[in-house]
Amino acid sequence: MPAVSMTVNGKTVSGDVEARTLLVQFLRENLRMTGTRVGCDTAQCGACCVLIDGDSVKSCSVLALQAEGAEITTIEGLADGELHPMQDAFREHHALQCGFCTPGMVISAIDLVTRNPDPSEDQIREWLEGNLCRCTGYHNIVKAIQAAAQAMGG
Amino acid sequence: MYDFNYHRPRDLADAVRLRSAAEDGVFLAGGMTLIPTLRLRLASPSDVIDISGVDGLSDLEASAESVRVGALVRHATVAVSADVKKRIPALAALADGISDAQVRNRGTLGGSIANNDPAADYPAAILALGATVMTNKREIAADDYFTGLFDTALEADEIVTAARFPVAEAAAYAKFPNPASRYALVGVFVARIGGAVRVAVTGAGDQGVFRAPEMEKALAGNFAPDALNSVTVAADGLNSDLHAGAEYRAHLIGVMAKRAVAACA
Repeated sequence: MPAVSMTVNGKTVSGDVEARTLLVQFLRENLRMTGTRVGCDTAQCGACCVLIDGDSVKSCSVLALQAEGAEITTIEGLADGELHPMQDAFREHHALQCGFCTPGMVISAIDLVTRNPDPSEDQIREWLEGNLCRCTGYHNIVKAIQAAAQAMGG
Repeated sequence: MYDFNYHRPRDLADAVRLRSAAEDGVFLAGGMTLIPTLRLRLASPSDVIDISGVDGLSDLEASAESVRVGALVRHATVAVSADVKKRIPALAALADGISDAQVRNRGTLGGSIANNDPAADYPAAILALGATVMTNKREIAADDYFTGLFDTALEADEIVTAARFPVAEAAAYAKFPNPASRYALVGVFVARIGGAVRVAVTGAGDQGVFRAPEMEKALAGNFAPDALNSVTVAADGLNSDLHAGAEYRAHLIGVMAKRAVAACA
C-alpha cells in the first residue's frame, strides 16, 4: 500500500493507506481522531471540515494521499490548555445543540476570520453556505463567530 | 469507491506518460468533482494521476489586454485577486459564487473546464469572453472547445495548462443558483469586447454551455436590458430535471441575461 506522511496538529504522522482512503478516514480510523465528523458523505454538509495549510476543506472529498506533506489542523488541534476563542464563543453563545456540525463549523469559521477579521453578519451567513446545522437555526452560530472575531482581534 | 493506482507526477510530460500507460487513467486536480464521482462509483478508473504537484500550472497573470489563469489556480484565489478584480471583475465575481468556501478552496479552473459540467460556471465565462484554452499541445478557441455534455475538444493525453481571457469593455455574470448545490440552474455571462457582444448560457442546455445569437444581435444594436424584450427564448434543447423544467429555464435565461446586461452599466 502507498505510504503517506503529513503533519496533523503539529505532529508528524505517517501510515500505509489504500489509494482510495479519504483524508477523513485516515484521521478517524488510522489516527483515531474522531472529532472530525462524517455527515452527508457527499461534500455538502461541512461536518468534516479541517484546515489544510490554513484553508478549510471538506476532508471527505480529499484523498489522504493528496494531503502528502501538508499541514492539517483538526478540531483536536485548536485548544492549547484552554479553548480556542472560537470554541469559547460557541460555548458562550450556545451555538450548538447536538454538536454534530460543530467541529466543521468552528474550523470553517476560523478560516473566515483569518481571511476577514471583522466579518459582517451577511458575510458570515454567506460563508456558512458549506456548513449545515439542523438544530440551531444558525442565529447563535453567527453571534458566536462575530464575538470570536472580536476576541481574536478583529 | 473502488481502489486505483495513484500517481503524483512533477511535470507535464510525466503526467501525460502516466495517463498513456494507464489502462483507464484520469487526471485529478482539486478533486471537487472527481472524488465525489469516484465515491459514488460513477467512475472506476484504473489510475488516478494527481497533477496538483505539476510545476507551472498555478500562475495568475494579468495585463491590460488579458488575464491568464493557470489550470491549477483555485476559485478562491481568482475570487480575491486584485488583478482579476481590476481587469475582469465579472470573472472574480463568478469564481466567488461557485459552490461554497471549502469547494472554492480546492476547486480549480482547469478541473472545471476539463469536466465541462453543464451546470458549471466557468464554461460560461470562457465562451462569453471568447477565451483561449491553453493545453500542453495547443491553444483552443472557446468556440471550438466545448463539444457536449461533459465533453470537450481535449484529447486523452491533453491537459489544460491555462485559460487566457481577453479583457472586456464590459462584462457581467448573473446566475440563478440551485439553492442546495449552488450549481447554475441558469447562468448567463454577457460580454462586450471590441464592439461585439457575446452571450453564453450555462445550466440550461441539454448539450451544456451555449451562445445565444439572437440575444447577441439584439444587444449589438442596443446594449441595454430592454433590448432583450424582443427576444423569445425557446424551451427546445433545454434541460428538464427535478430542479426545473425547460420552460422555467427558458424564462430564467431571459431574466438572467437582463440582469447581466444591467450589471454591465
